[in-house]
Amino acid sequence: MIHRVSEFLVGLLFGLGLLLSGMTDPGKVQGFLDIAGVWDPSLALVMGGAVVVGLGAFALARRRTATFLGGALHLPEPGDIDRRLVAGALLFGAGWGLAGFCPGPALVAAAMLEPKAVLFVAAMLAGMAIYGWRGAAR
Amino acid sequence: MHIDWAHFTPWLSLGGGVLLGLAAAAFILVNGRILGISGIVGGLFSAARDGGAWRLAFLAGLLLSPLAAKALAGGGLWPAGVPAPPRIAAGTLTLIAAGLLVGYGTRLGSGCTSGHGVCGLSRLSPRSLVATISFMAAGFVTVFLLRHAS
Repeated sequence: MIHRVSEFLVGLLFGLGLLLSGMTDPGKVQGFLDIAGVWDPSLALVMGGAVVVGLGAFALARRRTATFLGGALHLPEPGDIDRRLVAGALLFGAGWGLAGFCPGPALVAAAMLEPKAVLFVAAMLAGMAIYGWRGAAR
Repeated sequence: MHIDWAHFTPWLSLGGGVLLGLAAAAFILVNGRILGISGIVGGLFSAARDGGAWRLAFLAGLLLSPLAAKALAGGGLWPAGVPAPPRIAAGTLTLIAAGLLVGYGTRLGSGCTSGHGVCGLSRLSPRSLVATISFMAAGFVTVFLLRHAS
């Protein structure tokens, strides 16, 4: 139960971070991705702030064998840098640029009952489901 | 290069980034998991071997964050006018295409801005660095084509 409470609070904190950072506004995201136009560098600071904190946290996690609650640490195994990884990232980046939404901010904007964000999330979930079915068919 | 000083929000964005980092830190150190949104959501569609309750608990918190921000603002603990209303320029068909690309692409590439961008770079993962460079490059090119190529 303590795990569920913690996961809920982490989700809440992450959402607040997205709201504060400006990433729930696709106009701001596209302003960052538009280096040839009038460029808004804000999102570089979002990434910078997050990674500085993250570097400390993952350095600590690597030295531990269990979580603070004594549970398993699910650190990813080192994987291959393959076509699948790059192709997936390129498709994602194209969609990100087209709409200005990546998954987290889209979910939060949908929760703000923005009809266009709800539509984007529905399509995103469909994309994930299609990937799942393809995997099941293999 | 021209900087858009009118929309530049250095302190809010840095502060938001720190909150994202703290959330990712708590998720790995307390719950033992990587905070990657596409993985957390996408996992709901594959056989939920782990029960999926942890995914739903996280997502419930995420989806309630706008209400929490409103409550905090009511108590004077949250900056006024944040978040700005989302400006969504894309039309219906573009949003559908973009959503499909984001959903399928993040699953194929095993991560998005949070999993590869925040957690992966923080782990110094070469794989996540390649993914992050790839999706950033695709984002830059797409917006360039969208805004400057016609």
